[in-house]
Amino acid sequence: MSDVKEVILNYVKNEYLEADDDREVGYDTPLISGGIVDSFSMVSLKRFLENQYKIQIPDAKATPEAFDTVNNIIALLKDFDIQ
Amino acid sequence: MSYSTELRQVFQTELDRLKSEGIFKEERAICTPQNSEIEVEFPIGSAKKHVINMCANNYLGLSSHAEVVDAARKGLDHRGYGMSSVRFICGTQDIHKELEKKLTEFLGTEDTILFPSCMDANGGVFEAILNEQDVMIADRLVHASIVDGMRLCKAQQDTFKHSDMEHLEQKLQLHQSARIRLIITDGSFSMDGDLAKLDKIVELAEKYNAMVFLDDSHASGFIGKTGRGTHEHCGVMGKIDIITTTLGKALGGASGGCVSGRKELVEMCRQKARPYLFSNTIPPVVVSGAIRVIDLISKSTERRDKLERNTMFWRKGLTEGGLIIKEGETPIVPVMLFNAKLSQDFARDLFDEGIYAVGFFFPVVPKGQARIRTQLSAAHETHHLEKALAAFLKIGKKYDILHRSKQEIIDHFGA
Repeated sequence: MSDVKEVILNYVKNEYLEADDDREVGYDTPLISGGIVDSFSMVSLKRFLENQYKIQIPDAKATPEAFDTVNNIIALLKDFDIQ
Repeated sequence: MSYSTELRQVFQTELDRLKSEGIFKEERAICTPQNSEIEVEFPIGSAKKHVINMCANNYLGLSSHAEVVDAARKGLDHRGYGMSSVRFICGTQDIHKELEKKLTEFLGTEDTILFPSCMDANGGVFEAILNEQDVMIADRLVHASIVDGMRLCKAQQDTFKHSDMEHLEQKLQLHQSARIRLIITDGSFSMDGDLAKLDKIVELAEKYNAMVFLDDSHASGFIGKTGRGTHEHCGVMGKIDIITTTLGKALGGASGGCVSGRKELVEMCRQKARPYLFSNTIPPVVVSGAIRVIDLISKSTERRDKLERNTMFWRKGLTEGGLIIKEGETPIVPVMLFNAKLSQDFARDLFDEGIYAVGFFFPVVPKGQARIRTQLSAAHETHHLEKALAAFLKIGKKYDILHRSKQEIIDHFGA
């Protein structure tokens, strides 16, 4: 589990934080409601998860709430037996 | 379902939420033609106030230019008020074709198609030319209309960090298996006033076999030595596959937009772009005015040169006075205040001083980056800018933010 968490957190930091962005991002940091990931850019996070873990996340499950924190994403991945 | 009291309450609750979150937008009524000096009722119905306008997209000062108004009037006399048709049934006049030809020449492209607005151009172009085998890779700060257009298109979507060429290159590598890669960017970004690194983007496009899309709405007419746009400024005229732009800003400011670029892509829009197919033609009066605009700015760079001088004066004055601005060279000059409430208070105080500018804060700009966006115009004279500068510095002094660092302002007011 900690590996999956770390992989996702690292992806979020590399993909979404600008070079001069010194915000701390942790497992419970609100990504979408906190303005770090906008809904327009969320699609690359979905694609990353699908490619990394060879799954298909239906659009109905790829909600801003489900993607709002790394811990929420981990909860979502449990539905796909990714732990 | 009838529009019941309960249903009315559903919508009222949502409107109340917008108000409580401070993102409820209120209109001001301008009681004069658009210009550097206007009369404003704010709130609507209150006494008219004479103010200097620092927030119009009237970059070249052509919105109320006598020659443009005269040409529009003649267009009204000779070609009528409306066409009561979409373009492809009976809504195309000779002047629509003439304007398309003039825009093609001005922008240095192969062909052009007019749309009712650039919002419509961006809404229709992607769906018309791409399919599910393709990928659109957009800068994260592109205009909302591009985001909407991308959502209407079946091609895959991806984004890259704002103006981050390394990140764009990674994305181009990631999507090498797609049929078409389309890099999407604004020329001049409307909230920050910075310019796309279009020369680098073209270089990457050539390296990774991608096409380039440019929305030059905040650049057409004044960026580049002869005002052709960001592609002229960056030395890549003729290398941009699709340019969208608006007639609603520097180019007369009325309405209308276009897709200009490779002739096959323009033809695809003529055949398939839904806002072109299912929306009324641009009225003759607007087309006639826009033709005169293109003639005026093709003949002389006087207006864009004046705008450039005004921009330099304004940027220098604000910086030397101790305010923090977003660095750049465009006439979009954001004065950074960081705190949302401060941006609103500052704008209100400016209005009291006879200066009209608007504060922007989250979600329009990222959290902690609230600002007042100022926009220069060739219609501004030095005395307008001197008065506006004095007001900015007076209010900056009132809030004790002159010559303060970003951190000092945030420490005092909060992010």
